[in-house]
Amino acid sequence: MAEEILRIEDLHVSVEGTPILNGMDLVINRGEVHVIMGRNGAGKSTLASVVMGHPAYEITQGSIYFKGQNLDELSVFERARAGIFLSFQYPAVIPGVQVGTFLKKSVQSVRDEPLKGRAFRKELNTAMGALEMQKGVLSRYVNDGFSGGEKKRLEILQMLLLQPQLALLDETDSGLDIDALRIVAKGINQVAPTAGCLIITHYQRLLDHVHPDFVHVMIDGTIVRSGGPELAHKLEDQGYDWLETSPEGTA
Amino acid sequence: MSDDAREAVGDYQFGFHDPEHSTIRFDKGLSEQVVRDISELKNEPEWMTEIRVKAYHHFMEREMPDWGNCGSLHEINFDNVTYFLRSSNATENDWEDVPEDIKNTFNRLGIPEAEQKWLGGVTAQYESEAVYHSIREDLESQGVLFLDMDSGLKTHPEIVKKYFGSVVPHTDNKFSALNTAVWSGGSFIYVPKGVHVTMPVQAYFRINAKNMGQFERTLIIADEDSSIHYVEGCTAPTYSTDSLHSAVVELIAMKGAKIRYSTIQNWSANVFNLVTKRGVAHENATIEWVDGNIGSKLTMKYPAVLLKGEGAHAEVISVAYAGKGQHQDAGAKVHHLAPNTTSNILSKSISKNGGRSSYRGMLQVTPKAHGCRSKIVCDALILDSDSRSDTYPTMEVGNSTADLEHEASVSKVSGDQLFYLMSRGFSEEEAMGLIVNGFFEPFTRELPMEYAVELNKLLELEMEGSIG
Ligand SMILES: Nc1ncnc2c1ncn2[C@@H]1O[C@H](COP(=O)(O)OP(=O)(O)O)[C@@H](O)[C@H]1O
Ligand SMILES: [Mg+2]
Repeated sequence: MAEEILRIEDLHVSVEGTPILNGMDLVINRGEVHVIMGRNGAGKSTLASVVMGHPAYEITQGSIYFKGQNLDELSVFERARAGIFLSFQYPAVIPGVQVGTFLKKSVQSVRDEPLKGRAFRKELNTAMGALEMQKGVLSRYVNDGFSGGEKKRLEILQMLLLQPQLALLDETDSGLDIDALRIVAKGINQVAPTAGCLIITHYQRLLDHVHPDFVHVMIDGTIVRSGGPELAHKLEDQGYDWLETSPEGTA
Repeated sequence: MSDDAREAVGDYQFGFHDPEHSTIRFDKGLSEQVVRDISELKNEPEWMTEIRVKAYHHFMEREMPDWGNCGSLHEINFDNVTYFLRSSNATENDWEDVPEDIKNTFNRLGIPEAEQKWLGGVTAQYESEAVYHSIREDLESQGVLFLDMDSGLKTHPEIVKKYFGSVVPHTDNKFSALNTAVWSGGSFIYVPKGVHVTMPVQAYFRINAKNMGQFERTLIIADEDSSIHYVEGCTAPTYSTDSLHSAVVELIAMKGAKIRYSTIQNWSANVFNLVTKRGVAHENATIEWVDGNIGSKLTMKYPAVLLKGEGAHAEVISVAYAGKGQHQDAGAKVHHLAPNTTSNILSKSISKNGGRSSYRGMLQVTPKAHGCRSKIVCDALILDSDSRSDTYPTMEVGNSTADLEHEASVSKVSGDQLFYLMSRGFSEEEAMGLIVNGFFEPFTRELPMEYAVELNKLLELEMEGSIG
């Protein structure tokens, strides 16, 4: 039987009084991969941020449930500790904080138990190996001077280490070369079977490596159409206009 | 101590109550007699007594400085300061002989363990005088002198006489005059030609007695082609009345020598911390100040280097953290007096809860000092809208061949950084702690590891319970 990870009901969200999400519904079960596509400005990142609990976004109507619990009650870090992970479209730079220290402290916070140094190092080695990352990254500062691809790889590394139950990936594939894309996809596929995945993307090409169960199209803060992987192909070929002019048209 | 000396002291007290543990303590207040008494009690040579007395008169005559935030210096009641306190009868050489409760204090400061790992030798200043002093045998055998200043004066008066006040004369400023008049304790180090002290040597200072002013005096001489790294750490318990700390540090790096002087001070919020630190670097010598200031009511400290010999180099790396009711007025002064001298200044400050930090810098290049290079970077991080940061850079450049760079930035913690870190499981306080530690990292990485760990912990504690 399907185990519900995320349930979004009639979600309305505003930023500084401006409505951005206008009635979203979405259910993600464990083991499912959902893809959201849509033009720039449609509200995709807003959705991801609001699920993670960004304080700037105000829920004016509707609710978000994580494994049956209303997320209203949880702050950002409590959501992280509960098992929600967001791979950022634009990861923040934290000068002076070494990646190695950051990863260890983060994993420690989320797991809420002291880490055994050696066991953690082993885990880290394995994960970095899978993502073809160099050890040198660990002594660099978090995202400081990282290329776009390096940032995204670090996001995926964190996802592997934090082992979330809900993974939100916001344009993790943007700006990646073919090799990086393959590696990132590998990371996602590692987490996907045991989590609910929500992938925000503009490109069909990621979906050659990660096989979605559902594809949703977002326009003006609502999901206007949902389908299978074939919908992504059609969007790639035809764009979004056909959805806007005849929202009830057939895919 | 002689009976005469006891007589002279007058109103001293014996068997001070725990935890102050002092056997002799002067009444509060300053006079020429008190200055003479201090000198006599220490059995000093007459020339030192005369220097003290001269400095005392200069102190009395000298106006209080009136620039910057000096106005608040008028809050200091010099009559309410104790100018001398002797915490145990003699300078200890052996750890075994150090009184138990003093050991406990050091234990809490982590000294014994630190000793095993880092120490080349220790003078731990407890209240006014060194109570514990040891030099590792290999240091001794290399001819390195590492003594508390009082012992240095006793055993090597000729060296002290030659260099004492040669870098920071008592006429330098009102507080160097005060220190010269009433100094007690501090370190005396002489490193002979060609000797490299590979382990950092360190001393801990601590204000422990109520209204106890500390006036330590440190003199480090690195002879030609030698090197030493001296580390000093300070913590102070909180008291309800104002405390005064006014130290003088003089460094002399001879031709080709290198001195690094690292400090972390964590004063309680009632301390006036007014320190004159200055070094002279001769030909191809290097002087590095690594200076961390946390706490205090007002810190005024501008580690200085006189680049006197061709090819000399100065490095000043400092951080300041100003919390509620605190003002950190810190910076650096570098004087390029000779050709082809170079300097780097990095200053980082954090202001929080209405705290204020100022960078006050002086860069001088004299007309004959051609081919000089200097880079100054000042970064300020302001954690809330009540807090403040300013920079007051002064440059006097008399030589057009100088290559100078100056960068300054003021930043705030961004919502994006906090959200990112919190999405990785960090509470808001933990996230702030990470950001703040990261901001100070270019300083922290210069410290011996234990100090770095301690500083990071301290800053994390500072971030706790502060977010509304
Ligand atoms: N913090 C914010 N403040 C003001 N406007 C915002 C903010 N975040 C998003 N918006 C606006 O909301 C709309 C949706 O943005 P976003 O969710 O980033 O879209 P997408 O990710 O689909 O490109 C845009 O018009 C954007 O300008
Ligand atoms: Mg977006």
